[in-house]
Amino acid sequence: MTGTVATRPARHLHARSLLAPSVAALFLWMVVPLAMTLWFSAERYNLLNPGKTAFAGWGNYRDLLTHRALWVAMGNTLFLVGLVLAITLIFGMLFSLLLDQDFPGHHICRLLVIAPFFVMPTVSALIWKNMLMNPVFGLFAWITRSLGFGAIEFFSRMPLLSIALIMGWEWTPFAVLILLPALQSLNPEQVEAARLDGAGPIALFRHIQLPHLLRPMAVVAMIEMIFFLSLFAEIYVTTNGGPGLASTNLAYLIFRDALLSFDVGRASAGGVIAIILANIVGLFLMRLVGRNLEDWR
Amino acid sequence: MVLSNRTWKTLGLLASVALMAWILSPPDRRPELTVATVNNADMILMQQLSAEFQKRSGVKLNWVVLGENILRQRLTIDISTGSNTFDVITIGSYEAPLWGERGWLVPLDDLGADYGYEDIFDVVREGLSYQGRMYAAPFYGESSFTYYRRDLFQKAGLGMPLQPSYEQVRQFAQKLYDPEHSVYGICLRGEPGWGQNMAYISTLVNTFGGRWLDLDWKPQLTSPPWVEAVSFYVDLLSHYGPPGASTDGYNENRALFADGNCAMWVDATSAASYLLDPSQSRVAATTGFAKAPIAKVPNGAAYIWSWAFAIPTSSKHAPVAKQFIKWATSRQYIATVSKRFGWLRVPSGSRKSTYEVPAYLEVAPFAPLVREAILSADYTKPSALPVPYVGIQYVDIPEFQAMGTEVGQEISAALAGRATVQQALALAQAEAERDLEGRSLK
Repeated sequence: MTGTVATRPARHLHARSLLAPSVAALFLWMVVPLAMTLWFSAERYNLLNPGKTAFAGWGNYRDLLTHRALWVAMGNTLFLVGLVLAITLIFGMLFSLLLDQDFPGHHICRLLVIAPFFVMPTVSALIWKNMLMNPVFGLFAWITRSLGFGAIEFFSRMPLLSIALIMGWEWTPFAVLILLPALQSLNPEQVEAARLDGAGPIALFRHIQLPHLLRPMAVVAMIEMIFFLSLFAEIYVTTNGGPGLASTNLAYLIFRDALLSFDVGRASAGGVIAIILANIVGLFLMRLVGRNLEDWR
Repeated sequence: MVLSNRTWKTLGLLASVALMAWILSPPDRRPELTVATVNNADMILMQQLSAEFQKRSGVKLNWVVLGENILRQRLTIDISTGSNTFDVITIGSYEAPLWGERGWLVPLDDLGADYGYEDIFDVVREGLSYQGRMYAAPFYGESSFTYYRRDLFQKAGLGMPLQPSYEQVRQFAQKLYDPEHSVYGICLRGEPGWGQNMAYISTLVNTFGGRWLDLDWKPQLTSPPWVEAVSFYVDLLSHYGPPGASTDGYNENRALFADGNCAMWVDATSAASYLLDPSQSRVAATTGFAKAPIAKVPNGAAYIWSWAFAIPTSSKHAPVAKQFIKWATSRQYIATVSKRFGWLRVPSGSRKSTYEVPAYLEVAPFAPLVREAILSADYTKPSALPVPYVGIQYVDIPEFQAMGTEVGQEISAALAGRATVQQALALAQAEAERDLEGRSLK
């Protein structure tokens, strides 16, 4: 007895020293890029003028924060995240409810619903841009025109909505992928009992299925948010952030500063602002989801 | 079959001897070149033909082939940080003088007397030089001119002059605009980007008598010529252009024209051989050519660009790289392409001698116009007004990439109807001033 008490701290130390290398590696993995970004964000550093590097202090941040582009981009980022989350959760839910039914060919249907998720983002954006949404030779233009309406100019008139549509198509399968198994894990006896108590499909959904799905929905929202905050490929392929700044989000703005203007300082400052925004949104979402879960219980 | 212990041993011995021999054998001593290039049709052809060069010279080539924008980003980061990835890079006339000035490129004025420097168009060579030294060797050059549909013009009883005015272009576009049949009066670049819509709009502003910057390096985007030119552009495209023009770049417009959706198109001369190829274009038999339109002054109405090969100073294989560049940009190379693939496929616009070959002039009816456009382009006098910079469809300073991109965005917003021309240009002016703020006055 006394022996174990004496050796426990030593064993702890031992375990820690074994863990140390991986912890150190992970720490470096995260801290070095972050530190470099912070350092660059305080530098006046343009790749095309390598001789003229100088300490800028808060200069890059002041530049960004007093400039319209950053605020527009932030608004677009939040709008896109919110809209695409709503689209994927609503349609993901509807598809899951549908696919949960037993009907002939439901296996193939499930496969087809999931398929868009496995198309590469750039590829699906190109398909949507050139084959579906193109106002001259796209499918949608052909449909609206043969119905007697004009063609809709998707990317010039409503760039954000068009991108949200593409994103929704890509990510609804992900929501289905999580929500459908969750729905299937619902205890059938509970559903049976509710039915016997006279619950219609709406009451059943409202009081049994939705509460059951809240937790997986939170998971979907969190994971999707991480991806949507850094949404880039679809914007790059379809609109290049335009027209004007209409579809420029934070990730695209940083790309523009870093790789079109080669302004490392400004791009790093933008990166730091993006990190802060991501944390705020994450915290907010976490709180919201957490509170909701407690309410439902 | 069960092998005996002894057989195993013998096999093991043989295997280890073979392994030793492989390890100890002299490594492949052939010099290797890493070549970064753009995925244009001419470059892809060169890649196929480079087997000949590799066989003859014993040099091994590793290719990195990228799209224009990605290539530019990759190369800029690579060369400005001094990393030693590429031995031969493909750059344009925007980069060559800038990077030459920075000392990032190996001068290429010693490729030998048989290289034929005097055969290269002067304006192309000067565009790739800094202070009289050539830093990149041109693979092909291009200017801009007007494509039009001869059949549509004939049907409407219109005649395209050798060099139309923009007023005439507007009238033609108005008459030929026929959205019922998906024929639009004119196609022009609308996709934002300094190499996209701004390449065209710069020439338009030039011929309206405007300039990017005044002699104090102050942006002139709200000056009357800019307002006039951009208003004309927005008005023309939104009335007689294809729907969604603000997202159409060079490739989209080329597809539209090749599919028969445009009556006119003002763009790069290098699209001509594509449009004349019946396997790729529906309008191969009916495409006509005219000079780039002018509005008020002839200065800078057509642009000039060339794709060229250069060697970063960080390369350890500069002498071998020079051999490769000499091979790829020589007269002999052009002759090889013509023999294997026909004259329509040769890289054009870099050498005068190409335009003296009767066989080429026969298959390429646009060739005399291209030659004239290249000869008349003067990238030191892009505007009728005095300017402190060189470059026709760009301003040859590092800040231009940022400035051109941002201004392009604002103008595409005006084209999409999200802002008026005045609003867009006022915003563009503010962006441009910000980009040039840190510029030391020369």
